Amino acid sequence: MSGHEHHDHDHAHDHAHPHAPPPDADAALTHAQALELAVTSLLIEKGVFSADEMRRQIEAMDARHPGLGGRLVARAWVDPAFKARALADGSAAARELGLEVGPLRLIVVENTAAVHNLIVCTLCSCYPRMLLGLPPDWYKNRAYRSRAVREPRAVLSEFGTEIAPDIEVRVHDSTADMRYLVLPRRPAGTEGWSEENLAALATRDSMIGVALARNPGA
Amino acid sequence: MRSHHDMGGLEAGPVTPAEHDYAPWEKRVDALMMLLSARGHLKVDELRRNVEALGPEAYDKMSYYERWIASITATLLQRGILSSDEIGRRVAAVEAQYAAEQADAAPAKGTAP
Amino acid sequence: MSGASVNPAAAPRFAPGDRVTVRRAYPPGHIRTPYYCRGASGVIERLCGRFANPEELAFNRPGLPAQPLYRVRFRQAELWPDYQGPARDTIEIEIYQHWLEAAP
Repeated sequence: MSGHEHHDHDHAHDHAHPHAPPPDADAALTHAQALELAVTSLLIEKGVFSADEMRRQIEAMDARHPGLGGRLVARAWVDPAFKARALADGSAAARELGLEVGPLRLIVVENTAAVHNLIVCTLCSCYPRMLLGLPPDWYKNRAYRSRAVREPRAVLSEFGTEIAPDIEVRVHDSTADMRYLVLPRRPAGTEGWSEENLAALATRDSMIGVALARNPGA
Repeated sequence: MRSHHDMGGLEAGPVTPAEHDYAPWEKRVDALMMLLSARGHLKVDELRRNVEALGPEAYDKMSYYERWIASITATLLQRGILSSDEIGRRVAAVEAQYAAEQADAAPAKGTAP
Repeated sequence: MSGASVNPAAAPRFAPGDRVTVRRAYPPGHIRTPYYCRGASGVIERLCGRFANPEELAFNRPGLPAQPLYRVRFRQAELWPDYQGPARDTIEIEIYQHWLEAAP
């Protein structure tokens, strides 16, 4: 449930045999898989990129996981000045922590006693990949994209998250160039915790907004 | 005049918390998008537009990265980076090679799946 | 990204707090203004900056001059006639300037 990628030992297909099927094809080769192999091998032959560059790109994406976003959350929990900077410019705050976010335009939205935030991309699947890794299927599927904007509280309930009626539920539809990270509320009973242990409480789902941060001992 | 991908507010069933570990081919499609984008051969907006252009049936029947590879291919064709002919020939070669290797691997099974 | 030379055609017209209405338009092509908010009125929450127009980028055109992009806050109860939640619930959507008009 943490959303961490398992590290694959797959390699981009051998450059000496550009037509070789991938090691993972233990079932029928689908049209999409054949198309990917064809396009990739053609582009490598034309020098658009190398097999090595593809391998490194896959590794770079594998290295993105919710723990990175968790570090930003943990720092914001322990350092109010950092939190203020994160709320003003999420990308700059991430870079302060040595998190490489590239051209990402990050907006950090804070859960408080008055507001609970929920992130969705109704039009496709925009997601702060550089900080959370690849998004889960449900985030990209029809049910979430259709209903999160119109009945957010019902969707939250399906995730087991109930928000009291005196708290505003604020949905963010990621329709353009900004990406969003929810800063969940710091769980009670975590006074004096190290940032590393705090970061582990900031689950992927809490940074999307469908869940609260994990409680200590949960 | 509402496009099928523009689904905010439409009725839908419960959110099933489905997720899966991405298969290597899916990660290669993702990498393809990133590499092409970084080299200026594809804009994410073209990717999105070509996914939307797949049409409602394809959109719902295809998986996420199936839509992406179809869209990336369309973009490369539109930009003239690859031709239909060379893609078609390479797909056929890939499929033939795969079938041959499946037959070699399990001769007792007869034809490839 | 902002910092490019100022083009009067792409100067920001709205400021945080301004009340705006999303144009009730249904053009073809690649559109990033969701159907569900067209014709709705809300308040500018912030100016995000200026960005190349995705409607043009989608066809491999430069999409310049960069257009002001805003976050607009809407009341859910105003957006959905049957909204099942408290009146305080809101939604914020990124919308390009050419989709917005000043609301009365």
